[in-house]
Amino acid sequence: MAIESTDTEQPTIRVVLAKLGLDGHDRGIKVVARILRDAGMEVIYLGLRQTTASIVAAAEEEDADAIGLSMHNAGHLALAPSMLAALDDADLDIPLIIGGIIPEADIPVLEDAGVAAILGPGAPAEEVVAAVRGAVAARA
Amino acid sequence: MSVKRLSVPELVGRALEGNRRAIGRMLTLIERGGEPADEITDLTHPATNGAHVVGITGAPGAGKSTLTGQLIRHLPTLGLKPAVLAVDPSSPLTGGAILGDRVRMDDVAGDGGFIRSVATRGHAGGLALSVPGSVRAFDACGFDPVLIETVGVGQVEVDVAGAADTTVVVVNPGWGDAVQANKAGLLEVADVFVINKADRDGANDTRRDLELMLDLSHVSGHEDGTGYRPPILMTTATDGSGVEAMWEAVTAHRTHLEATGSLERRRAARFRYEVASRLTTRMERSITRSVDGLTPDGRSPATVAADLAADLLA
Repeated sequence: MAIESTDTEQPTIRVVLAKLGLDGHDRGIKVVARILRDAGMEVIYLGLRQTTASIVAAAEEEDADAIGLSMHNAGHLALAPSMLAALDDADLDIPLIIGGIIPEADIPVLEDAGVAAILGPGAPAEEVVAAVRGAVAARA
Repeated sequence: MSVKRLSVPELVGRALEGNRRAIGRMLTLIERGGEPADEITDLTHPATNGAHVVGITGAPGAGKSTLTGQLIRHLPTLGLKPAVLAVDPSSPLTGGAILGDRVRMDDVAGDGGFIRSVATRGHAGGLALSVPGSVRAFDACGFDPVLIETVGVGQVEVDVAGAADTTVVVVNPGWGDAVQANKAGLLEVADVFVINKADRDGANDTRRDLELMLDLSHVSGHEDGTGYRPPILMTTATDGSGVEAMWEAVTAHRTHLEATGSLERRRAARFRYEVASRLTTRMERSITRSVDGLTPDGRSPATVAADLAADLLA
């Protein structure tokens, strides 16, 4: 029996998590980071006060499979489309998932704009994990 | 077109032209290992330029990420194009990881530098393959220096020290006394010491303890045969003070390595270590396969192992 070559690992899902713009409420995103870690994903945590440019750069350098933004400052109708436009400009086909305080009425608006999934307050861990896995699988 | 659909040679070609998306993808394939990673190794190896590889290690919370963040702000002002490999641990239970080093390295995106977060992924010897592979890829893409930042615990820091030309060990005031400094381990691999958070009480005590430890290396004859004594630098990473001097110490070490022929020796040792790691990984896989499904049959474990070894090495 000859010595075998090594196996390629199963792909691990890598998710960039960030707060975009001026929004200091980071408790929720830290919970989400932990949920995704415990689901076996690798979370690249960028933290507060990121720009669309810094998120695009991180997504490129980290070869992210998904981007998750947490929004608690009522800026989602401006911030989510600007993030999508930045991804488009950079020719990055990576699903964008938004979590946070999003009024019911705004959900279809964000979905139409191209947001892959929207997670509200109190979303159970299984729903968070399924949303990320589903969004990644849909683009694969 | 998505870089995911490119063949490995096409992907590497784009990466070598400086396409950041392609570099990011190439690093993913290196981390996953297997044949694509081997192919990338073959394609990037001839394109390397001998970048200075600097390991930055120390206890959790010592300030490694913040120092690295300051360095990658400072280095472009010297005309350098740095890349960072930031290693964080994977959860041994779920395999997942929170890679948080970028939080302290903001404001560098687009300045020509490149940061990649890497999880240890828990598998034995995994980093021993993927870290040199990623360093080689950065080098081939024109990055110099390549900084490897890691938590200095367990096997990981040994692998990382083995992958670097210059190892910087970061400690803090109040981290321990002279007895701690004389214990074997992390401190023995240091080429440059940095006392970070030097604005805190006890920084000078820490410096004295380290100096004493280095004096004893001289007394016991364990110092580097080339007469090199690791310098001790004081930094406050949060405001950047001392970072320029720290980099000067790192480049002085590189100059020393070149002048004494140590650089060539270290890199040759690294080459041997990487080849051995690759062989070990292949062997482990074969061993797992050959013991799978073994049941006790009355022979002793030593006899079974000896018989299997004869098969494996045939």
